[in-house]
Amino acid sequence: MGIKVLQPGMLATIQDLGRYGLQKFGVIVGGAMDSISLRIANLLVGNSEGEGALEVTLYGTTLLFETDELIAITGGNLQPTIDGKETPMWRPLLIQKGSVLKFNTAISGCRAYVSFSGGIQVPKVMSSKSTYIRAGIGGFQGRKLLKNDVFELDRRSELGEELFKQLKREPTYLPWSADYTSFVTLKKTQTIRFIRGSEYEHFDEDSLKKFLSTPYTITTHSDRMGYRLDGEAIQLKEPFELLSEGVTFGTIQVPSNGQPIILMADRQTTGGYPKIAQVISADLPSLAQMQANGRVYFKEVTLEEAQLALIQQERKRNELAMGLRFKRGYSIFR
Amino acid sequence: MNLKENVQIRPLSDSALVIHVGDGISEAIHNKVKNILNLLESNPFEGFIEVVPAYNNVTVYYNPIEVYFSNIGKEGEMPYEKVKETILSLMNQSHIVETTKERVVKIPVVYGGEMGPDLEFVASYHGLTPNEVIKIHSSVEYLVYMIGFAPGFPFMGGMDKQIATPRKETPRLSIAPGSVGIAGNQTGIYPLETPGGWQIIGRTPSRLFLPEQSPPTLLQPGDRIQFVPISLEEYKSDWEMKTWA
Repeated sequence: MGIKVLQPGMLATIQDLGRYGLQKFGVIVGGAMDSISLRIANLLVGNSEGEGALEVTLYGTTLLFETDELIAITGGNLQPTIDGKETPMWRPLLIQKGSVLKFNTAISGCRAYVSFSGGIQVPKVMSSKSTYIRAGIGGFQGRKLLKNDVFELDRRSELGEELFKQLKREPTYLPWSADYTSFVTLKKTQTIRFIRGSEYEHFDEDSLKKFLSTPYTITTHSDRMGYRLDGEAIQLKEPFELLSEGVTFGTIQVPSNGQPIILMADRQTTGGYPKIAQVISADLPSLAQMQANGRVYFKEVTLEEAQLALIQQERKRNELAMGLRFKRGYSIFR
Repeated sequence: MNLKENVQIRPLSDSALVIHVGDGISEAIHNKVKNILNLLESNPFEGFIEVVPAYNNVTVYYNPIEVYFSNIGKEGEMPYEKVKETILSLMNQSHIVETTKERVVKIPVVYGGEMGPDLEFVASYHGLTPNEVIKIHSSVEYLVYMIGFAPGFPFMGGMDKQIATPRKETPRLSIAPGSVGIAGNQTGIYPLETPGGWQIIGRTPSRLFLPEQSPPTLLQPGDRIQFVPISLEEYKSDWEMKTWA
């Protein structure tokens, strides 16, 4: 008894906040592309925020619930329906045994997160439930979900159990939803903030002007590993040799064709292309929600502004967690 | 020498910084990198996540939120400044030492044939016989400077320039795990099946990525590697063997 996959859709994988501490061995961090949506999804069902959840990409994923369960859906709006009826996002939901949850097609954003109260019962590999497809480890048997897969859930936490019972008694309980707008933007054209990359000074002035003033389109050759952009070509003042070194989520590299690549959740641990910029952490969830053909404008901020933006985001998340714990209509709830 | 000397620190992101220790590739710089790695791993500050060594620098990952609310550095400062000060003061109290003796890991390799389809090309490119290429490739010890690209993939130095060969013009769509290749003056071993443009001269039965073990890779930064030529028959019978070390 558990959750059965009727249709895997385009790509559905189990992700948590990633696999840390092993990058020096070349083991990638991985984890949710939009980590804040995953964290909020978990908080809404009484899980610890880093619990493994389902990352559903763009469309099609369809799940059958074999038992009553408490879940939450956050992230991009992929028009989720339960038994054919539109279902709200960003709030705890009670799903009845025999019900079918289906993600239709993305109308805003790119990835939805489904948290299950208690968490998905899969073994942690190297202390994480994140799926590392290339290495065939983690998540559900080291791969994306396929038709007829069945996964089980772990026991609900005290808070999860309380919510579950309350919703069973009173299905209209908790009529609010978490206000996601302070965490993630779901728009096709976005301004993404960056700090200067390690090799920023090596790019020619004209290229830097273009990078700052013209839009870059996310191409269809984009995935969890990286977003390949298309726009005004960016050139170095003069070619120079760069040795491979550490790179991270949001690092913007420029290979010799001049078209930038933004490294995403499944990036390699090291890279050897010059780095023009680094997307600030607070804007990574919004970037991760952009689809192919989305347009990005880049805006430079200081390192201090980048860190303050993240601290601010964290404060908002804390308010949300507190609000949920006390089940009151804090300002964060609509 | 004080570990802090000639070191530069710069941000990589709002959650990571880079400690730059010198230019180029050398064993002296590598030793300094290892010193910094050991120092930070044995003295983790509040909010420390992990370190990633490269040829001449170390990337330090930290949680800026945790650092911000911690007692490290000066009160009220931004996380980057706090971490930078903490690392500099740690390094200031520390001297460069020769790090503990290196492990020598023997990697059995069957050269040529279907296991090393580009051996003939590499040989003819240099006007050598395949056996001469094998002899040159397996007669030196290679230092593992860093691991990257894929889990357990060693970036090694020390290959004889006599067998340095450019990458293939058209990369292969799939290279078998364990493949030993040459690209420019580098040699490497593919831990996972991946596409790639390296000239493949052989294959090892050793598994480089061991997700069920800790650490999860056969090789670690600072190891020395010795390739040992074996026959196809030995390869087949030793398939289960993890290492000859």
